[in-house]
Amino acid sequence: MTEIFGIPIQAFMGQLMLGLVSGSFYAMLSLGLAVIFGMLNIINFAHGALYMVGAFLGWMCLEYLGIGYWPALLLSPLVVGVVGMLIERLMLQWLYKLDHLYGLLLTFGLALILEGSFTNAYGVSGQSYSIPEELSGAFNLGFMYLPKYRAWIILASLLVCFATWFVVEKTRLGANLRAATENPKLTQAFGINVPLMVMLTYGFGCALAAFAGVLAAPAIQVSPLMGSNLIIIVFAVVVIGGMGSILGSILTGLGLGVIEGLTKVFYPEASATVVFVIMAIVLMIRPAGLFGKEK
Amino acid sequence: MNRGMFGYLVLLAFGLVAPFVIYPVLMMKILCFALFACAFNLLLGYTGLLSFGHAAFFGTAAYVAGHAIKVWGLPTELGLLAGVIASALLGWAFGSLAIRRLGIYFAMVTLALAQMMYFLFLQAPFTGGEDGLQGVPRGKLLGFVDLANDINLYYFVLAIFVAAFWLIYRTIHSPFGQVLKAIRENETRAVSLGYDVAKYKLLAFVLSAALAGLAGATKMLVFKFATLTDAHWHQSGEVVLMTILGGMGTVLGPVVGATVIVTLQNELADKVGSLVTVIMGSIFVICVLLFRRGVVGEIAALYKRMLGEKA
Repeated sequence: MTEIFGIPIQAFMGQLMLGLVSGSFYAMLSLGLAVIFGMLNIINFAHGALYMVGAFLGWMCLEYLGIGYWPALLLSPLVVGVVGMLIERLMLQWLYKLDHLYGLLLTFGLALILEGSFTNAYGVSGQSYSIPEELSGAFNLGFMYLPKYRAWIILASLLVCFATWFVVEKTRLGANLRAATENPKLTQAFGINVPLMVMLTYGFGCALAAFAGVLAAPAIQVSPLMGSNLIIIVFAVVVIGGMGSILGSILTGLGLGVIEGLTKVFYPEASATVVFVIMAIVLMIRPAGLFGKEK
Repeated sequence: MNRGMFGYLVLLAFGLVAPFVIYPVLMMKILCFALFACAFNLLLGYTGLLSFGHAAFFGTAAYVAGHAIKVWGLPTELGLLAGVIASALLGWAFGSLAIRRLGIYFAMVTLALAQMMYFLFLQAPFTGGEDGLQGVPRGKLLGFVDLANDINLYYFVLAIFVAAFWLIYRTIHSPFGQVLKAIRENETRAVSLGYDVAKYKLLAFVLSAALAGLAGATKMLVFKFATLTDAHWHQSGEVVLMTILGGMGTVLGPVVGATVIVTLQNELADKVGSLVTVIMGSIFVICVLLFRRGVVGEIAALYKRMLGEKA
């Protein structure tokens, strides 16, 4: 069998793979949004910009400091996480008592600042970041060649997503976190430092975005605008999946990536809009989202 | 004649003499964006719905009006009307989907739908893709007033603005507007009072989209082209910024906000390049953190406090 629905199986599997790769990014980013939303009730518009900053930090590490891919994969999320905690302490914490929309607006402003600063410094054209030696090349699976780096992206994002799920759902820290989400005042009364947890949660969400950024750096061009286009698709993913459950976010992200990849095979003109169309359909049939609960 | 009425007349008088003092094209740009922001404010300020996709209506009307005038050869007035109808229909479609969700979900849905329109315009054959739709003739108003003349066009744009502003003003102060405010303050209560909240929200959304479309089509007429920038999410963000800076939920706030932002962009564009985005972002952050009532809102609050002290 060399064809599937009249499409050469090589091309089909290739696009399926690419779909899984973009799905991995949707999953990681929507997971970060969901974790932040759960705790802070804020939609982090700066998420895409922080993903971009993460990728740029990875690139800068190599360009200016000679620090390679693996240390950067840790270092960049760490830096962005600290920046995130500062943002939370200095700005976001003053908005919790107001309408949730102000959080969205503030982080939108931050996204503009970050994007504008990097555009000013590096222009809109992309910087290339080469694939680390260990991950260059491809596996020959017989029916297709699987580039090692793509396999690594999928593996790494699945690991990170499931680690997050494990921490939130199965550990003591996660239990405290969920308690603080459910009822902050009562949790505080039990002696748990809720403001600290909020700060750490936001920092973690930002770090997750930066991790995705470094992961993406060798696969695509590192450019100041790489985050903003992605984040709008991720918003649609979040609307489709609902932000109620962590596993839901992961599944929706991966699933939509695959659907997008397959659209590229069968009807390429619609590949840029298919996620939005699905969002419209989901809104008509199940307004709360696939995994969401109606509030 | 009360004091409020007097203020509007002073503003109108300024609008009438402005083209002899200020470059008319800049004034027209300000009027178009002021109208855009007023239309947006109808939704954010008076109904409490934050749409992050209003550029879709602005851009759609610009493209449709441009296409109608340039390719179909419609007279200018009918071309603008075609643009407004197109954005009203789009507003009805987007509105019916978006009002199914509340709060930040509403913002995300409108943003995503607008991004979909952006991609459609990027690919559609009639928009000219990255180049945009260029060289749209301004035509003649009612067949005899030559709009190629900037001063003539200015008074036409001013008339459109005044008419639309009056319509928005009347809407806000009508029973319909009162219901919108009730929904903004407490949606559950409005429902329990027996109002069909979804219908009111949708109507407000369509009206806002149509007026945003009028602004977009008029802007197209002034600059003689429609481009992807008009439909980009940056444009949606900008109109949010204008409204918040000026003061959401105030009648004149969006006008003030649009004037400040357009003037600022005009002054800074050649000097600082892409740092304009940084400045816009910073204004956003400062507004949200420090003065959420906006310029007009703060002045009104100050004025009220002074009156209170006197009494």
